[in-house]
Amino acid sequence: MNIDYSQKIPNNVGLSDDRTLQRALEHWQPEFLNWWADMGPDGSAAFDVYLRTAVSVDPAGWANFGYVKMPDYRWGIFLNPAETDRRIGFGDHKGEPAWQEIPGEYRANLRRIVVTQGDTEPASVEQQRHLGLTAPSLYDLRNLFQINVEEGRHLWAMVYLLHRYFGRDGREEAEALLERRSGDQDNPRILGAFNERTPDWLSFFLFTFFTDRDGKFQLCALAESGFDPLARTTRFMLTEEAHHMFVGESGIARILQRTCEVMNQHKTDDPATLRSLGVIDLPAIQRYLNFHYSVTIDLFGADLSSNAATFYSTGIKGRFEESKLTDDHVLKDATYPVLEISGSEIVTREAPALNALNEKLRDDYIRDTLAGVGRWNKVMQKNGIDFQLTVPHKAFNRQIGSFAGVKVAPDGRIISAADWEAGVRSWLPTDEDKAYVQSLMGRVAEPGKFAHWIAPPPMGINKQPLDFEYVRFN
Amino acid sequence: MNAPDLALQHVIDPEICIRCNTCEETCPIDAVTHDERNYVVKFEVCNGCNACVPPCPTGAIDNWRHVARAQAYTVEEQLSWDVLPPQTASTETAETAIPEEVQRLTAEATAGLGTAVAAPWSAEKPSVNLFTPRNPVTATVAGNFRLTEDGASSDIRHIVLDFGGAVFPVLEGQSIGVIAPGTDANGKPHYVRLYSVASPRDGERPGYSNLSITVKRVDEDHDGKPVRGVCSNYLCDLRKGDTVQVVGPYGTSFLMPNHPGASLLMICTGTGSAPMRAMTERRRRNRASGDGKLLLFFGARAPGELPYFGPLMKLPKDFIDINLAFSRVTGQPKQYVQDLVRARAADVATMLSDENCYIYICGLKGMEGGVLEAFRDVARQHGFDFDALWPQLLASNRIHIETY
Repeated sequence: MNIDYSQKIPNNVGLSDDRTLQRALEHWQPEFLNWWADMGPDGSAAFDVYLRTAVSVDPAGWANFGYVKMPDYRWGIFLNPAETDRRIGFGDHKGEPAWQEIPGEYRANLRRIVVTQGDTEPASVEQQRHLGLTAPSLYDLRNLFQINVEEGRHLWAMVYLLHRYFGRDGREEAEALLERRSGDQDNPRILGAFNERTPDWLSFFLFTFFTDRDGKFQLCALAESGFDPLARTTRFMLTEEAHHMFVGESGIARILQRTCEVMNQHKTDDPATLRSLGVIDLPAIQRYLNFHYSVTIDLFGADLSSNAATFYSTGIKGRFEESKLTDDHVLKDATYPVLEISGSEIVTREAPALNALNEKLRDDYIRDTLAGVGRWNKVMQKNGIDFQLTVPHKAFNRQIGSFAGVKVAPDGRIISAADWEAGVRSWLPTDEDKAYVQSLMGRVAEPGKFAHWIAPPPMGINKQPLDFEYVRFN
Repeated sequence: MNAPDLALQHVIDPEICIRCNTCEETCPIDAVTHDERNYVVKFEVCNGCNACVPPCPTGAIDNWRHVARAQAYTVEEQLSWDVLPPQTASTETAETAIPEEVQRLTAEATAGLGTAVAAPWSAEKPSVNLFTPRNPVTATVAGNFRLTEDGASSDIRHIVLDFGGAVFPVLEGQSIGVIAPGTDANGKPHYVRLYSVASPRDGERPGYSNLSITVKRVDEDHDGKPVRGVCSNYLCDLRKGDTVQVVGPYGTSFLMPNHPGASLLMICTGTGSAPMRAMTERRRRNRASGDGKLLLFFGARAPGELPYFGPLMKLPKDFIDINLAFSRVTGQPKQYVQDLVRARAADVATMLSDENCYIYICGLKGMEGGVLEAFRDVARQHGFDFDALWPQLLASNRIHIETY
C-alpha cells in the first residue's frame, strides 16, 4: 500500500476523500511546524540529515534513506493494512468484530489513552532539543534527529485519531498537545518521566533504552485494542520505535566498551583515575541506570488499578502479546502476584488479575529490560572486567503506586530515612556525577570521528561507512 | 566438478541484535523465531526474500553463511550462539561472505538511489558469491577484441571468458570480480575489481559455460590525471588462451524483469553499456509477441568511441529504439544523453509512469544528476512531479543505478 506523497499531508488513509478532516489537519499542520520550529532540535533547521522516510508501510517501502532538512520531513499518517474480519481478542467483547468507529460509551477512556500516548511524543522531542549541540559524532547526531522526526510522526499518528474519531474534543486535545511543555511549571507534560531533563548523552541513551521501551510495551498493548484504527496505527509505530531502542542499547554498549578499554589499558578501576582519563566509570553508569529504570517503571501506573481493569474488560487496551497468551483472555477469576508492604518487609500477594494489569505489563517490561542489561554485561565479560550492571528492586525510588515515597534500597530492603540519606549517593547520580558527565559533552562534527568517552559502533546506518557524512551542517 | 550442494543460510548477529521482534513481525512466511536469548531464522523456511532486511534497526539481520545444505545451522544451534560462527566453521567449502571490497564498490555504485532497491519482482533469482578470493574459478580467455576505433582516445575491449567444465551462472546485470595477479606496492594481493557481464545468461556463445565483459583500459583518473589501472590493463593485454582468476558472481538488484509486457528504459555511457547489451541480447534471443518496449539512450564522445556501435546499428528498429548522443564530433554541437532524454520527452514520460517499465542507469557518476534532472523536466512538461514519483519507483524496485 503506497503512501500518497502528492498530498500536503502524506497518508495512506485516503485523506483526500474526507474534506472536512483534511481541512482540519491542514489547519493543525502549520501549528505543528511552528511548534517544531520553537521546540524541535535546537538550531538544526538548515542541516541536511541522512534520514529514513517511510514511503509505504510494507517492508520494502518504509525505510528510504536520503538527505532531508528536518522541517521538510514528510510527517504523515500511516496505518498498517487492515486485517480482514479482525475480531476483538480479549475482555467482555471477545470474539466480536473489531470496531471501526468508537462505541460512544468508551469514548472518554479511549480519548484519555490516545492523549496520554500522544503527549509523550512531543515531550521527548522537547526533552532532547539541546542534545544536538553536544553529539559525540555525526553518526549519533543523525540517530538523535531520526528519533526526533519519528516522535514527531508518532504525534501525527495520535492527532489523526483525535481529529478523525473524537470530534471537537479531539481537535481541542490536538491543540493542547502542542501547548503543554516538558518541565513547564504551569503547563507540564502529562507523565512524570517526560518532565525530567535529558541533559547529556548518557541520559539520552538510557532514556531511549528504558523509556522508549516503555513506549514499546504501551504500543504493544494498544496494538491489541478492539478499536481497529488505534491497533493499526500503533502497529506501524512499533516498527519505528525499534530504532529508538537500538540507539539506546548500542549507545550504552559503546560507552561501556570505551570504559572497559581504558580500564584495561591503564589497569585501573578507580573512578577518579578513570575520570581523569576522560571516560565514565562503571559505578556512575550504574547510578544513572538506577535513576532511569525507576523513573520509567513508574510510567506503568499504580500496581492495582481499576482503570486498567476497565480498559481491559471493555476491549480498549490488551496485554503485551495478548494473542500469544493461553488463558481465557477475560481474567474474571484469575489472580496475579503483586508486591506490598507488610510491616517492615515487602511481600508478594495474589491480587485480582484484572486490577493488576499495570503490574503485569511492568513485569513484562522488566523481563525485556533484564535481557538488554544482560547483553550490556557481555561487554564487560568480553573485556575481562569483573563488573556487572544490575537493575534495582522494583520498589526502589518509586513515586507512583504502593511504594510511592517508601524508602527502599536497591536490593529491596525497606530502610529508614537516615539509611536512605547515607546510601543515596551510591545509588542515584550525584551532582558530581552529573557535572562530570556534563563536562565530557561537546560536539564532534568531523565524519568518522567519535568523542573520547564512547567507542564507535560496529557498523554504520544503512550500510554506509562510519566516516559517512550523516549530517551536513551547510 | 563434484561440488557439494551449497546454500546461503540467513543468520542474525546476536551481538548486534537488540531483540526488538521487528523481523519476526515482518517476515511474511514466519521464518523468524526466538527464545529468551536469541532471534534466529529457520533455514528450511526462509526463502531469502529480504523483507526483514530494511526494517531491521540494527543491521544484525543482514548476515549470510555459505553452508553445505545438509549441514545448515539448526534453530537450536543458533539459539545457543553468543556470536556468529566464523564463515568456515561448518564445512570445508563454506567461505566468506561477499568480500568487503565488493560490498564497498557496490555501495558506491548504487549510492545515487539513497536506499537499497531490490530486483524487479519478476526477475530470475540470481546466484551470488559462488567463487571467493580464497576459492576463485579459473577462466580461459576465448577472445579479446578491441571495440573502439584505432584512432579513438579510449581502448575498450570485449573479452570472452570460458569456464570450461565449471558452472558459473550469471544473469544480465550481474558482475564478476577479477583479481589481477601479483601484489601491490605494499606486497598485498591486488583488490578485486568488478566488471558487468555483457552477455546474456546463456552465454556469449549459447550453451557453453562462457560470458563476456566490457573493459576500458584505465590510463587516467576522473580528473584526467595519468594513472595506470592495474586490473583493466591486465585484462586488456590478455591474449586468447591466457587464464584469469574470477570470483563472484555478484549483484542481486540490477536485474531485468521477466514478465511479459515489461519494458526497459536504459541509459548508459561507455562501458556502462555492458549490462544493457546483456539485457538487449537476452530479449533479442527470446523475442516474443507481447514483449514490452526497449528504449536506449547511449552516450560516447564519438561513434568510433562507442562500444558495440556496429552491432547496435544492425538491430531492427521495431525491436529497440536507439538514441545515441555524441559529445565530441567535430562540427556538431555537444550532445549528452540527458539532451536526448528531453528530446524524447513524450516517450520517456509514458515509460516513467508505466508500472511495467524498469529504468536502468549505468556509466560515469557524472551523468547521473543530469539524467535525473532531465527526468524532472520531462515529468513537469507532462504534468507530474518526478520527486513525488521517486519514492514509488524505489518502493516498486523500478529504478536501478550503477555509476562509478
